Amino acid sequence: MSLLLSGQEIKETLDRMARQIVAAAPNGCPLALVGIRRRGETLAQRLMPLLKAHGAPPAHYGALDITLYRDDLTTIGPSAVLRGTEIDFDVTGAWIVLVDDVLYTGRSVRAALDALVDLGRPKAIKLAVLVDRGWRELPIQPDFVGLRVETTAAHIVKVKLAEVDGKEEVELV
Amino acid sequence: MTPAAGETPVWTRKHLLTLRELSREEILYILDTAESFKEVSTRSIKKVPALRGRVVVNMFFEESTRTRVSFELAAQRLSADVIDFTEKMSSTQKGESLVDTARNIEAMGVDFMILRHPSAGAALDLTRAVDCCVINAGDGQHAHPTQGLLDLFTIRETKGRIEGLNVAIVGDIAHSRVARSDLQGLLKLGAKVTLVGPPTLVPAAFRQLGASVVHNLDAILPEMDVVNMLRIQKERITSSVFPSVREYVQLFGMDRARLKRCKPDVLIMHPGPVNRGIELAADVADGPSSSILRQVTNGLAVRMAVLFLCQQAASGAAA
Repeated sequence: MSLLLSGQEIKETLDRMARQIVAAAPNGCPLALVGIRRRGETLAQRLMPLLKAHGAPPAHYGALDITLYRDDLTTIGPSAVLRGTEIDFDVTGAWIVLVDDVLYTGRSVRAALDALVDLGRPKAIKLAVLVDRGWRELPIQPDFVGLRVETTAAHIVKVKLAEVDGKEEVELV
Repeated sequence: MTPAAGETPVWTRKHLLTLRELSREEILYILDTAESFKEVSTRSIKKVPALRGRVVVNMFFEESTRTRVSFELAAQRLSADVIDFTEKMSSTQKGESLVDTARNIEAMGVDFMILRHPSAGAALDLTRAVDCCVINAGDGQHAHPTQGLLDLFTIRETKGRIEGLNVAIVGDIAHSRVARSDLQGLLKLGAKVTLVGPPTLVPAAFRQLGASVVHNLDAILPEMDVVNMLRIQKERITSSVFPSVREYVQLFGMDRARLKRCKPDVLIMHPGPVNRGIELAADVADGPSSSILRQVTNGLAVRMAVLFLCQQAASGAAA
């Protein structure tokens, strides 16, 4: 087991990602952060004030439940808990940054893309992840990355956030 | 985004037959899941792919508008394919039994059977004959679980809770599957239930199920938070258990005068279809206290939740 990011490093990493997002955001169309439930939602919530601190115009915030769009619904069985999607702004024309904790196979992001385009036609959808651990099974790449790590398929990247887990760290197990 | 391993799922049933067999936690889990599905119906694209490639058969051996259309729409919003089986145009008219009909339909590759049948226990029988998921959409006078769930959902949505509420169910309790399902659900979630109607239609034996039985509506109205007016079935009106329609309307009909005696925030419910001027006066049915149309809207979300949860449980068991 090794520590990838400490609580302080998570904070610094998010701050850097917020700066990169602000630098990349185009003028003239609404900016929105959409977190994939659950930990992506928490990260998106934390990024909101950071965007403002780095001078971004007011951004929309939303949370996406991708349960109904998963391609493994039939194999994960009854353990998928539906938490609902909360996006109360018009996604059409918005420059959306999708936020998740770990990017692995890319299947969650694929589901999130389907869920988002069902709500409208965004100007663009970008992807921000705290950790990219490789092993993609779909042609999906992140635009904003906190940390890239080399992993084997046996590894598990554990992101723990205070709001969800009561602890603040990223571990490789 | 993988669900935590070892987490015990609340919902593990592939059939929904009655509310009696469900725990309080299971009922609340369906209601919570339905909240998420309500949001889907507000989108411009009112469809999610959760049941894509699945086949749902509506098997209705009794007439129904609301429930049949509601299940059909619920299945379509989950991207399932829906087949409508109509008894009048089918081989049951040639004497084929329910079980034979069901087995033949299942042989064509079906994932869900939604059954409405005049015999109590028909849905349970069906689960013994087929492997697919069976949802009871009303069996005789026995149960109508999705109506019970949508009533619970509507009460919770309006009042913010169910526990501790005073709920009256008024009308032909003896012959009503809606009354039985509502009663079971409400008691499990901690409401106090009073059954109201003429003694011929509200037998004292219902006290054994945990409800109060009262024959005077006006006496209890001022304490009620929710009043659920059941439909008077036309076929009962001519039978000996029923007083004259005029007498029934005078004693048990909800009109403006009676509504005034209720709490100002009383919720008036009705499972539909309404006999206007009998159990509900038209201005009450269309008034601000009435949740009739909201019940129909909520029915869709509840049925989506039931289809989704049973499908997940069925595929989980197979994996």
